[in-house]
Amino acid sequence: MQLAEAVLGLVGRRAEAEVVVSSGTLSLTRFANSFIHQNVAEEGDAIGLRVSLDGRVATAKTTATEPNALAAFVDHALATAAMQPVDEDWPGLVEPTSTEDPGHVDEATFDASPTDRAAVVKDFVDAGDGLLAAGFCQTEGHSVSFANTAGHTARGRYSTAILDGIHQTGTSAGTGHAASVALGDLDGSAVGALAAQRAVESATPFDAKPGEYEVVLAPEAVGTIAVFLAFYGFNGKALEEKQSFVKLGEQQFDERFQMWDDVTDARAMGIAFDTEGTPKGRTDFVVDGVTRGVAHSRKTAKRLGVASTGHHHPGAEGWGPIATNVFVGGGASPVGDLIAGVERGIYVSTFNYCRILDPKTMVVTGLTRNGTFMIENGRITDAVTNLRFTQSFVDALGEGRILGLGDDARFADSEFAPGIMYVPTMRLASWNFTGGAGG
Amino acid sequence: MFDYATAAVEGALAAGAAYADARVVVSKTETINVQNQAVQSLDRTEQAGVGVRALFGSSWGFYATADLGSAQRAGERAAEIARASALVPGDPMQFADVPIVEDDYETPYQEDPFSISLSEKVDLLIGVTRTMQEVEGIAIATGNLTFYDTDKWFVSSQGHRIHQHLVESGGGYDATALGERESQRRSYPQSFGQYETGGYEVIRKWDFAGHAGRIAEEAAALLTADEMDEQETDLILEGSQLALQIHESVGHAIELDRILGWEAAFAGTSHLQLPKLGSFTFGSELMNITADATLPGALGTFGYDDEGTKAQRVDIVDAGTWVGVLSGRDSAAIAELPPGGMVRADGYNRLPMVRMTNVGLLPGDSSLDEIVAETKRGVYMATNRSWSIDDKRLNFQFGTEIAWEVKDGKLGRMLKNPTYTGIGPAFWASLDMLAGGDEWIHWGTPNCGKGQPMQVAHTGHSAAPGRFTNVRVGVRG
Repeated sequence: MQLAEAVLGLVGRRAEAEVVVSSGTLSLTRFANSFIHQNVAEEGDAIGLRVSLDGRVATAKTTATEPNALAAFVDHALATAAMQPVDEDWPGLVEPTSTEDPGHVDEATFDASPTDRAAVVKDFVDAGDGLLAAGFCQTEGHSVSFANTAGHTARGRYSTAILDGIHQTGTSAGTGHAASVALGDLDGSAVGALAAQRAVESATPFDAKPGEYEVVLAPEAVGTIAVFLAFYGFNGKALEEKQSFVKLGEQQFDERFQMWDDVTDARAMGIAFDTEGTPKGRTDFVVDGVTRGVAHSRKTAKRLGVASTGHHHPGAEGWGPIATNVFVGGGASPVGDLIAGVERGIYVSTFNYCRILDPKTMVVTGLTRNGTFMIENGRITDAVTNLRFTQSFVDALGEGRILGLGDDARFADSEFAPGIMYVPTMRLASWNFTGGAGG
Repeated sequence: MFDYATAAVEGALAAGAAYADARVVVSKTETINVQNQAVQSLDRTEQAGVGVRALFGSSWGFYATADLGSAQRAGERAAEIARASALVPGDPMQFADVPIVEDDYETPYQEDPFSISLSEKVDLLIGVTRTMQEVEGIAIATGNLTFYDTDKWFVSSQGHRIHQHLVESGGGYDATALGERESQRRSYPQSFGQYETGGYEVIRKWDFAGHAGRIAEEAAALLTADEMDEQETDLILEGSQLALQIHESVGHAIELDRILGWEAAFAGTSHLQLPKLGSFTFGSELMNITADATLPGALGTFGYDDEGTKAQRVDIVDAGTWVGVLSGRDSAAIAELPPGGMVRADGYNRLPMVRMTNVGLLPGDSSLDEIVAETKRGVYMATNRSWSIDDKRLNFQFGTEIAWEVKDGKLGRMLKNPTYTGIGPAFWASLDMLAGGDEWIHWGTPNCGKGQPMQVAHTGHSAAPGRFTNVRVGVRG
């Protein structure tokens, strides 16, 4: 907080200002071909400043903390703002309000050593029993301080630990993933064993015929769907600009579908305020299939006449506010039961390289990866070569399309970011596979 | 600044590293975003710090700090981190020799982009968004400019001392038309803008004001255009889309770290296997690809890479045959190839890794007009809208913003939501006409993601329009 207040002191009475200071360490141990090949760490302070001179707004970031550099940093931000036209939608600053730190922190993870991470990697690699392993183990510990010239302050600390990897047979790969606030929660052996099992079982894949299939999507695949819904759909800027599929109050999804954002949930990771200092609570996006809300920053909230939900981030002016503590409601079905209900379908471990074709219809193309299997008469029969799909994610979750939800909700990785989606396995009525990855 | 880098290297060596290098990086970035004639964001980011890399056995250890005064300690930490990797060891990392250099390099540029007034830059973007908004049906008009100024001081335990000053400039704009159940977008000069090494002259060269009206009119017209039918037909790609095709289906596939499996869990591997280097048929005889970090003005141009290897041109595909890779000193040593000088890092706080330089398709002797005239039945697609490719860089599906039907040698009706799909080598084998001359442009990609933690690289891809035969187009869900 000292650094944030020092920056505000340099601004003085010259402008409205808000400062976010993040201090800490990010460490990542990366392995491939079953050995650690890249092992990195970085530490330091990152300062973000936003100033407003009667609505003329500029932002600046720096890693420099030396007094003269900070003074020059502040002066430059103010000079830049002075040259801008007035932003008619400048929402002003958050007034003083209380923010409770949810305490998503584990001190041992905050100070985890490279040896601690290497031990988790070793367990993952050993679980493959000679298979070729690749992946990473990351630990992070950061303290974040916020202060603005309206007198509002907030602070929080968080830690994260992530293990993500694959085992490879030469003809196939299988994936495993775990995330928590505590490195001690990561079971490298169990995650590695699941990856190895998927790799071995998919070692002799066949080319499935493209077409519509019933699917059972593992949490990583569901996490990708949730990322796209949050990024392109439940986004106040996209809604205001009519680029989102969202129609508030309408039954846009199957009644089994629930999706919300809540950093205060005991299972979540992160801190409970955004880069504008707005406290975060629970934001419901979909309740019983009915679309109920979107993520807002102060600016998008002002434009639509609602309150900010605390989802501003450094890129929010362009991308819009985005939720990063997302939950998708799970069910009571063991994964085996979900598979048992499928007469003919496909089980997908993960999606890969997914890209939006049209945000209004949420049509996305991508591929399956690291474990794709045919389901016949209620059981997994053969491995399937990776498939390309082109599918509307909204249509896939539409009324009557969710046939089951697993009891296995957990943090799932997606190709975009781990530790932001807490989702279950999902059985869906139909998915449009348009071709095989091998041609 | 060399002293800080030297202290970091000495710290790593004292802690037992077999080799170490360090980069002190001081950078500033200015980004201006305008939407509908209003400044959406104006940001200036400054970074300064030292990143040190230490080799110990089979692993790199890397540590970065913004506190230059603790550079020696950072070196010690890098060595400690590398040493901890011994719990899961591999074969000792090899490291190819390169000339030991003391040198200084600066990007040639005419106008320092940071010396141009903010008001001139903002006025340019407000002007183009105003022009686009004047077209009926345009709901969102955005424009952006970004400028990078980076100083790097590199020191290695083998004696390198290299300073580089790199200047990069770029930007672009787009118009979005909103229909009842769809949105259509057109961009200029290409999707995400055009970026090059150089100063503000890059922006002036692209004549932002001169194209805004046309771009907006095309976006609006797309709302009522016919949907592209699914079919197999001849496909003519506009230059910037062909540049992205090169980036995704060639550039990443030839990265030696991917081929060696170092990126298997995240970015993926490659369908290319080293024993086939020199014999594998990647495409038709018109396919001549180089990785050339010396091209004046191209975005992937520099003096030395981030492990002190001089920028160079490497042949990648020669008349359709795969002959080269993108490599660094460690990966090249394993593959027993000369190091290509293609290892770069995103800032002081990231580990250098194999990245594309300027991976481009050498020009042909035709032109877009000639290609269209020679095409009896096909489609012409321009400006990327979506891109997706599998983890071995084989199966791709791309969407573009716009297309036109080609019939009996002439461009016909406009088509919306165009896509095409294929398998890399089969697609490249169908390349049968290629433009050149002034249609050969060094397109820049400023947003290439790779690595963990994520790194964003700036890469270049020279390309001119080309024709591919019998391609599956119009695939949608």
